[in-house]
Amino acid sequence: MALRIPKALLEQLRAHGEQTYPHECCGVLVGQFDEAGGKTVEQAIACGNTRTDSPANRYHISPAELIRIQRESALAGRDIVGFYHSHPDWPAKWSTTDLDEAHWTGCSYVITSVEKGKAVLTNSFLLVGDEQSKHFEDEDLEAK
Amino acid sequence: MPIKVLIPTPLRPYAGKQSIIEVSAQTVGEALSNLVAQHPDLRKHLFSEEGKLRSFVNVYLNDEDIRYLAKDATPAKETDTITIVPSVAGGV
Repeated sequence: MALRIPKALLEQLRAHGEQTYPHECCGVLVGQFDEAGGKTVEQAIACGNTRTDSPANRYHISPAELIRIQRESALAGRDIVGFYHSHPDWPAKWSTTDLDEAHWTGCSYVITSVEKGKAVLTNSFLLVGDEQSKHFEDEDLEAK
Repeated sequence: MPIKVLIPTPLRPYAGKQSIIEVSAQTVGEALSNLVAQHPDLRKHLFSEEGKLRSFVNVYLNDEDIRYLAKDATPAKETDTITIVPSVAGGV
């Protein structure tokens, strides 16, 4: 299973992390699930980070923004397939906070490390299990 | 009278893989009760053992968070849409 994303969209979300540095960026990945369990991203929608109290090491997407994106995606025949955020001066791997706050099982959580203002690595993690057993698994990120 | 409830991606496996479910109800609380009656596997994902909506589950009536309306007692009518959205957050 993999998350497929057009190169232009991958660059767009990495650039978002550079724009908001030293704060975390965040956004929603919209596209299609395939029958084999893979996903294809067709849109990367930049969102505001509502954690203005601690934007350098926390992110939160407004539920109202999620509702709007979910509704518009459904009308366009698309689904929310994942989310992205940046880690300013921190590795492109999930943190315990990321796992604690992750609730979209089956979706991808894409993380970009931004070091001194430059996007470095981008990795994708698949959330599996339920609230009791949830964990992240490494996921192939295929940019084409 | 049927009200549309939009089911987010992670909850669809517990809701017959459906993205929209219609329920009959007069209030949002009644709509959610009827939803979990139709799809019992949804219950533990939406509610705590005490029966309270889980803190990370947001429920909107059209464009309004029910926490800022009358919560479970918020009246709902046929033309309304209830949307369930788990929160999205994290950080290092």
